[in-house]
Amino acid sequence: MSAAFVEAVSLAVRLASRQVLRDVTFTLPRGQFVALVGPNGAGKTTLLRALNGLIASDGTVRIDGTPLASLDVRERARRFAYLPQGHLVHWPLPARDIVALGRYPHGAVDPARLPEKDAAAVSRAMAAADVVAFADRPVTELSGGERGRVALARVLAVEAPVILADEPTAALDPRYQIDVMTVLRRVADDGALVVVVTHDLGLAARFADHVLVLDGGRLVAQGPPGVALSDAILADVFRVRAYRAEHGGARVIVPWSELP
Amino acid sequence: MSHAPARRRTAAVVALALLVVVLALASLGIGPVRLSPLEVATALFGAGDEITQIIVRDIRLPRTVLALAVGGILGMSGAALQGLLRNPLASPSLFGAPQAAALGAVLVIVAGAADVRSWLLPAAAIAMAFVSVFALLAVAGRNAGLLILILAGLAISSLAGALTALAMNLSSNPFASLEVAFWLLGSLEDRSVRHVALALPFIAAGAMVLMSRRSAFRVLTLGEEAAESLGVDVGRLRLLVIMGVALGVGGAVAVTGTIAFIGLVAPHLMRPLVGHDPGRLLGPSALAGAALLTASDIAVRLIPSATNIKVGVLTAIIGVPFFLYLIVRERRALGGGVA
Repeated sequence: MSAAFVEAVSLAVRLASRQVLRDVTFTLPRGQFVALVGPNGAGKTTLLRALNGLIASDGTVRIDGTPLASLDVRERARRFAYLPQGHLVHWPLPARDIVALGRYPHGAVDPARLPEKDAAAVSRAMAAADVVAFADRPVTELSGGERGRVALARVLAVEAPVILADEPTAALDPRYQIDVMTVLRRVADDGALVVVVTHDLGLAARFADHVLVLDGGRLVAQGPPGVALSDAILADVFRVRAYRAEHGGARVIVPWSELP
Repeated sequence: MSHAPARRRTAAVVALALLVVVLALASLGIGPVRLSPLEVATALFGAGDEITQIIVRDIRLPRTVLALAVGGILGMSGAALQGLLRNPLASPSLFGAPQAAALGAVLVIVAGAADVRSWLLPAAAIAMAFVSVFALLAVAGRNAGLLILILAGLAISSLAGALTALAMNLSSNPFASLEVAFWLLGSLEDRSVRHVALALPFIAAGAMVLMSRRSAFRVLTLGEEAAESLGVDVGRLRLLVIMGVALGVGGAVAVTGTIAFIGLVAPHLMRPLVGHDPGRLLGPSALAGAALLTASDIAVRLIPSATNIKVGVLTAIIGVPFFLYLIVRERRALGGGVA
């Protein structure tokens, strides 16, 4: 593995007297597509939030050698782009203005008066996520799949070195799921570190370089998909057996039957 | 890019500003002595008939300035709270600040410490607005969710209302109770330049605090979590908005009594005009609030009646049906389910 870019050391989170994460330690380099998997309640979302400081944690997170604790909210926002679940938008703003919010951490606060470099970043993000066609339509009128892509474009517009995406493919049809993962894969290939929470082990196996497996708040396995999603771990953590194959040089894992 | 909507927006705001100016001139001209806009303008600039100058500058100008400033801060506060809460039903009274401010003033009147023109009355109202906000934050906790804030605000406004009733109930002086009852209705009558001088600095300070945070409301459209991840310190923003509202609304209530629903109606009228952008809503809502309150204050002087109708009564009569209409509309937007 190349040089560490994001490091978590003995990360632990307590929420309302429940230990949600304990002793999570890993290092991740630039340019990697990382899938974060685990059963419901394993602490995946909590780990994402602890990584960019949305919730307080014990232990240390470092980005590019700098402790997260020494960065203010805006500096964190420029380093970690975060896509929460649900792709919530409260007011019917045009899609372009939503994408432009990705430039807020860079000081471009008014979508109608974006400095040139911010406008360029917004255009790139809209092209990458394929939302140019409905840029002027209110997001609240878009379909779920279109809204998901606008949310993705907003995250890409930050042009952060780290992207944290919480179930970006949930509630999307198969075509959009592949679209979103392909876009994120491309961003990783361009040098960003992409961490994606997903329940879809098939997408994880196909797109990820590296898989983190959480169970009960602990990191129980990590490594390339072939290692981290082994039969033993799938049985242990998910209590399933998987069908395995290869297709066009890529790994195929399909959870197939339950274990007692 | 979308330059056409931006130009239309600018034109609408300019038209609105002109409407406010026209209403202000009309307000200065209306009273026992009717004056034409030309006479009003002449008197304003210190020319023309001396008695006209006294009527316009000393008697009517404070009332008009207060209508503009109070209407403006109520409209802006409503827009800010709706942006913060991401809820079109939010309004300043939601956090209990106006009710608490009214309580402060009522305590002073009932205690017989001051009449309605004393400095003590606005001071007490502003102090209570602050107390209510601090109490709200203390009850809700530092990182409270919006639901808790709304419930805490409801509790505080109910408490302020109950204590106001208690104060009137226990008052041994029936004249004081009557005075309170009228003051609570909300009015701009007989306000002097002293009232303006006391309310205006607080209203201006509140407006400045709210305006400084306006672009954060746009980011909040993505929800608190995403906004936080984009560098908005949501806890601090919430505190600043509540402080701004307390300053502005506390200062306003202190000299006018409680004037309701401007803060609810003004942002609603303006929202389509600014493309539903909560970051652009504050200025236009202030203009709309100023226009609404000035127009209402003109109307109460024109409506023939035996005694003067209080402007707070008129805004409530217009505002409550509007509020109900909004609830019905929001219910439909939420899927038409029966609560």
